[in-house]
Amino acid sequence: MKNEKTLNDVELMSLIQTLVETPGPSGQEHIIREKIKEMVKGIADETRTDALGNLLCRMGSKKENGKRIMVSAHIDEIGLMVIHVDENGFARFVPVGGINPLTCLGGRVLFMNGAQGVIGAERLEPNVMPKLENLFIDTGATSAADCPVKIGDVCGFERPMLDLGKRVSAKSMDDRIAAVIAIMAMRALAKLPASKRGPNEVWFVFSTQEEVGIRGATTAAYGVDPEVGFAIDVTLTGDTPRAYKRPMALGKGACIKVRDSSFIADTRVVDWMINEAKSQGIPYQMEVLDAGGTDGRAIQMTRAGVPAGCISLACRYVHSPSEMVDKGDLDACIKLTVGLVSKEVKL
Amino acid sequence: MATQNKVKSIKFSLGKNEIDLLTRLCNAVSVSGDEQKVRQIVLEEVQDLADEVKTDALGNVLVTKRGTAPNRLRVMLSGHMDEVGMMIVKESEDGTYEFRVIGGIDPRQLVGKPVLVGRNLVPGVIGAKAIHMTTPEERKVAIPVEQLRIDLGPGAKVAIGDRATFATKLAVLGPSIRSKALDDRLGVFNLIQLLKHAPANVDLFLAFTVQEELGLRGAKVAAFSFDPQIGIALDSTPANDLPFFEGDEENTHYNTHLGAGPAIYLMDGATIGDRRLVNWLTESADAAGIPWQYRQPGTGGTDAGAIHKTRAGVPSVSVSVPQRYLHSAAGLVRKQDVVNTFKLIHTALSRLDPSILNS
Repeated sequence: MKNEKTLNDVELMSLIQTLVETPGPSGQEHIIREKIKEMVKGIADETRTDALGNLLCRMGSKKENGKRIMVSAHIDEIGLMVIHVDENGFARFVPVGGINPLTCLGGRVLFMNGAQGVIGAERLEPNVMPKLENLFIDTGATSAADCPVKIGDVCGFERPMLDLGKRVSAKSMDDRIAAVIAIMAMRALAKLPASKRGPNEVWFVFSTQEEVGIRGATTAAYGVDPEVGFAIDVTLTGDTPRAYKRPMALGKGACIKVRDSSFIADTRVVDWMINEAKSQGIPYQMEVLDAGGTDGRAIQMTRAGVPAGCISLACRYVHSPSEMVDKGDLDACIKLTVGLVSKEVKL
Repeated sequence: MATQNKVKSIKFSLGKNEIDLLTRLCNAVSVSGDEQKVRQIVLEEVQDLADEVKTDALGNVLVTKRGTAPNRLRVMLSGHMDEVGMMIVKESEDGTYEFRVIGGIDPRQLVGKPVLVGRNLVPGVIGAKAIHMTTPEERKVAIPVEQLRIDLGPGAKVAIGDRATFATKLAVLGPSIRSKALDDRLGVFNLIQLLKHAPANVDLFLAFTVQEELGLRGAKVAAFSFDPQIGIALDSTPANDLPFFEGDEENTHYNTHLGAGPAIYLMDGATIGDRRLVNWLTESADAAGIPWQYRQPGTGGTDAGAIHKTRAGVPSVSVSVPQRYLHSAAGLVRKQDVVNTFKLIHTALSRLDPSILNS
């Protein structure tokens, strides 16, 4: 089991742990961005941070038959923002991104300022789903005055990563696992001899504010002005008991996106991905998603339009504090990403 | 105590000239997609003060006023000229007209209101059966817009596609101003005041935008034209601070409070406010002793939602005047909140340093 050996690699697991456990809901990506900047130091030929906080990293420059490629992984996560602290110190909140009240109950949160808290609920009526307005954060404060958080403060969920052998579970696999894929791909590219890196100028974008409407990638794509591009993100699966019927499953390889609710992947990009996976013997599965959106849309719609697609990692329990991915799928996504950007692109 | 303030803010109040301008702006009919009446007023007001004035393809008025100091930031400020209203869609019998709402209006706000229809401001009323003719059951539910009619009387000269708005005229009520369309004539008004008192240390790009109420459409193209370094939307936001909510239980969803000063946005449905700009505004207000409040994070949107996503990105923030009864025939704001909103923006711009974008 060659794959398992590589992936149980301490370096990779610690990279995943660092990325998923660093707080950074949409609009608050400064800490995670600085960590990633540090990780890719010396690998990227150029890095810059744009007006919306996206981290743009260039590898290589365009040679004959080369293309400018954008690869986007979003580094924000879902979270909560405080809207009011009441006289007893309970903090009311609104969601940052798509939050299900059910996954909030009993949850623990970590604020950007280091404060911690638990989520409580008002009296729940039998058989009535709680709404987010019925929930509050209890920071252990006894009054508004000694509450460590105030209106506008932002928190993410707090949950340590769990290594489950073939699988890994953590909060914010969406989409920090894509940042892992991008960073591992950058490291792999850097290790290749110059003659094997291909003719492309590759921009790895660690984008912001995806969870609130694909905002960071919108401005990043304009800034990069790519000729082709793809997002890396997670996708929903249908492989759990009484799940929605969906073809995607853990352990079946990298998902090549055909469509989601935000865009239809360029068929040439889809073929490019399939051919690369086949030629390298990388396990892959096709993804047709009935929901969701990714940075792929932003790349596709920028300026006069760009052929765009998305590589997805199948993920269970998306947007809960315990998302789960498969290590073999992760390996496939990394290999596919490296393969795609390190060769001449013929669409 | 003003003497203790580290920064002096501009002297500004709502005198006769200011109230006259605000009255003309608010009483003008300028429903989304047909903003010409407000545009005319804006053009007259800015003509002699601006470096450049242009009306773009969508009808935005784009005004440039350059500062004189070195190292000036390009700052875009927007206030939208359009207002929510109605559109005639069909003539029914006897001079009554079927209509639809343009932008967000609660159907319960429509019944019994006098309206003005079309560019010729034909007066009419949105009627409903008299109480004598209704059953208790009927009185429990809002009448759907599709069943309401604007009654103009037989022979009225209006056409399908004509826009309509509430016929309310602006009135000063003690410390308050009551009017339709304060959302966002207050923004338009404050932009004009800013041009009259332009700070020397920034290049001002003032966008008087169209079609905000239909999805921030004007601001999107205006921001592309201006290509600014910073974006600020000036708007108006609900004050849900009525006594009803402040009974036994604490009101945790007030959005803003009337009289508590300009409302600075952290996050709404369309924008996450740039924290550097949020802090710059709150620090400016504190330094000058101007009262301010956060607008509670939540849904909704302002022109900042379009501005910040323009080109390679524009750090953006919104500031609103708190208003009761927004998007109805008669909104209510405190004069002091209008004055303090202008003072805050003026003070903040006057001390804006380009290094803010490096932090």
